[in-house]
Amino acid sequence: MPIKSYLAYPVPGHAETVTQALAAFDGCDVFPALNQDVLILVTDTQDEPSESWLEEQLALVPDLQCLALVSGLNPDLVQINPTLEHSC
Amino acid sequence: MLSRRELFKGLAMAAAAAAAEQVFPGVLFATTAVPPGANGLSWKKAPCRFCGTGCGLLIGVDNGRAVAVKGDPASTVNRGLCCVKGYHSVMALYGKDRLTHALVRRNGQMVKVPMQEALDLVASKLKETIQQSGKDSVSIYGSGQWTIPDGYVASKLFKGGIGTNNVEANARLCMSSAVTGFMTSFGLDEPMGCYDDIDHADVFVLWGNNMAEMHPVLFSRMLERRVTNSSIKIIDLATRWTRTSMAADRSILFKPQTDLAIANAICHELIRNGWTNSTFIQSHVSFHEGRTNIGYGTQDKFAFTDEPKPSTLEDFRKRLEEYTPENVEQLSGVPAKDIRYLASLYGDPAKKCVSFWCMGMNQHTRGTWIQNNVYNIHLLTGKISTPGNSPFSLTGQPSACGTVREVGTLTNRLPHGETTNEQDRQMAAEIWGVPVANIPVKPTYHTVEMFRALDRGDIKFMWIQVTNPMVTMPKLKRYRDGMKKDGRFVVVSDVYPTPTTDIADVILPSAFWIEREGIFGNSERRTQQWDQLVDPPGEAMSDTWQLIEVARRMGHGKLFPWSKETHVRDIFNEYRRFHHGPAHEMATYDALRANPGVQWPCPNGKETKWRYHAKWDPAAKGVSWDFYGKPDHKAWIWFRPYEPAAESPDKDFPFWLNTGRVVEHWHTGSLTRRIPILHQAVPNSYVELNPIDAKRIGVRNGEGVRLTSRRGTLVLPAMIDGRGRPPEGMVFVPFFDESLLINELTLDAFCPISKQPDYKKCAVKVERA
Repeated sequence: MPIKSYLAYPVPGHAETVTQALAAFDGCDVFPALNQDVLILVTDTQDEPSESWLEEQLALVPDLQCLALVSGLNPDLVQINPTLEHSC
Repeated sequence: MLSRRELFKGLAMAAAAAAAEQVFPGVLFATTAVPPGANGLSWKKAPCRFCGTGCGLLIGVDNGRAVAVKGDPASTVNRGLCCVKGYHSVMALYGKDRLTHALVRRNGQMVKVPMQEALDLVASKLKETIQQSGKDSVSIYGSGQWTIPDGYVASKLFKGGIGTNNVEANARLCMSSAVTGFMTSFGLDEPMGCYDDIDHADVFVLWGNNMAEMHPVLFSRMLERRVTNSSIKIIDLATRWTRTSMAADRSILFKPQTDLAIANAICHELIRNGWTNSTFIQSHVSFHEGRTNIGYGTQDKFAFTDEPKPSTLEDFRKRLEEYTPENVEQLSGVPAKDIRYLASLYGDPAKKCVSFWCMGMNQHTRGTWIQNNVYNIHLLTGKISTPGNSPFSLTGQPSACGTVREVGTLTNRLPHGETTNEQDRQMAAEIWGVPVANIPVKPTYHTVEMFRALDRGDIKFMWIQVTNPMVTMPKLKRYRDGMKKDGRFVVVSDVYPTPTTDIADVILPSAFWIEREGIFGNSERRTQQWDQLVDPPGEAMSDTWQLIEVARRMGHGKLFPWSKETHVRDIFNEYRRFHHGPAHEMATYDALRANPGVQWPCPNGKETKWRYHAKWDPAAKGVSWDFYGKPDHKAWIWFRPYEPAAESPDKDFPFWLNTGRVVEHWHTGSLTRRIPILHQAVPNSYVELNPIDAKRIGVRNGEGVRLTSRRGTLVLPAMIDGRGRPPEGMVFVPFFDESLLINELTLDAFCPISKQPDYKKCAVKVERA
């Protein structure tokens, strides 16, 4: 399943509680910003049911006003490097 | 072992950090892409391979493969931070189309040959060309990505061995105006201050410098400083609105080229209001004037020599009389009150001021002059060479300073000083072990003229290492056509195929960054060493060793007696001799190995953070400032007037074209476009338009726009109100995309003093495609 990263926007003044709530889920790494009210959430789930379950749970986190998906990478599918066209 | 999933988690985090940076310029996430110590990785230090900031990285290596990156907390440059390019940097090692074997053009096709055979061919072609057409018919063109050993060996071979000054580097295109600015104002190159100035300054004025995208880690440090002190002011003085403008306390837009007049107007106000530091001026400054109406270099074999004349503060004041804020408002579009505001910041004795700049001031047909004019502001107020008071020229490449400026890989330079100076030539001859007569006195071709000489046929052989001129040269068609002419032989050393390898006769695969031992020098005089951490692929070989192999084949082996195992250390130890003394003493190789970086001058093992002041700089005499680079031990204030750009919008070509970079891509994209996340973030170039202009020509976001200059035409997708917004009458195009070559349109006009082209100003027509 993909590894996803999100920008998570807590309700102002609630960054700490949102950080703790998100970090409590298995497969979630949380990186709070030091100088803004925003968090980075990186999720890593093993299969589709756990991915769906996690998404449902994230939607229920209190004081999390917005979760914006930034990237979704499937390590088993992503081609490491694009190749540009050249004559050699 | 670090799993593929762990690596991708790090990349996902970095992508989110990059996205956050778009929303909150300067946002800080004090963490690492991959947790430290993960699963037995070995972490080794290296400077970042990309811009000139010189961030210290720790590279995670597993089973001979670089798999992770984190910022080095021990590096005083970045203190553990990285930008999005740094986090992804190791992925640039593993592109599918890495050049792993030498290729030689036979019957129009590139054919794989053994590396030794290709090196034989390069050496024999060099010898044959010299025999048939003379020493000045061969040349080498490197870059600010050359390591110090690469550049040193290139200079020693061509200037000391072969005996030609046909040595240039792409740094001529990115920072030679900074060099001539420093030389004309202070007599010595490179900044007097350091990044620690960020921790002390009260005011930051960014002169045409989109730091949020070009130097994001330094920009973050600046914003962090403001977080701790709300009185800190950041002023973005620019020609287009950018992410930097968004984060600044004030965004001031000026019409292209009028920065010259704005700086003069600030000086006018400083003097008129008595905001100058008269004690400092009296003791540490002398006044000068130079030639005016100095041309633009658009014709072949253009020559210019300045004629400095002594002047006085009173003369200077009189020259500035026409630069009233109201007059300059008419010219620049900057309200007079904003000019007065800037002057009041610089003129407040209680405020410490840093001016930052990079390509906006460097790539300028009066690049030397605008540097002089900004120095004038700092010199009139005495805000220089003390913590938090710094005019600071940033660089765009990892070793533009270390290799090109300090080793001297330019036609006029030697590792110490100038080819025209007999003492400097004698020093080089003694250290290199060659007769002084071997080293030519007269500089030959600066970069633009070198490519013109190749086009004309005066140069017949060019060896290009670690740069991509078939994307970066202005007025590109002329130089591409020139290189493809019969009778030219072009060798290219690189790590990936590029438009430059496309026209090569020989392609040599290079070992990249941490695949070899190396040394860089960053923007703040910091020398940074790294060990070889992983093996290069196939027959790839460092640029240093390629040069040594060719030199030995040409009969210059005596100049390069070093073993493969110790040559980087041996080369550095020889090179260090050029800079012996308190003004430029370099750290020992062991000290470089033990630290993320060491600043020079480093006499007796102690770094010098601020030059030209006796409190911090052992080379300075007396108890305060000593500008020892000039014979009179004074810094020089120059009166430099406003003169217009080489080409301005008119009836037929009514828009300014401005070019530059984006945070995701570095230079010509040959590395960053092979990193999937960066490539996908900005997969192609585009043209930024002001929404009013877009509406007028009937173009919406993503639709095709045709740009036409007197030199070429190009269709790009429109970007309206994206990350940047040019004013009405200007378009902006990033240059990283080799399939959308904006330099087909740019003009090869340059600063007559520095010979650096202006990529920021030419005239274009804009139409719906």
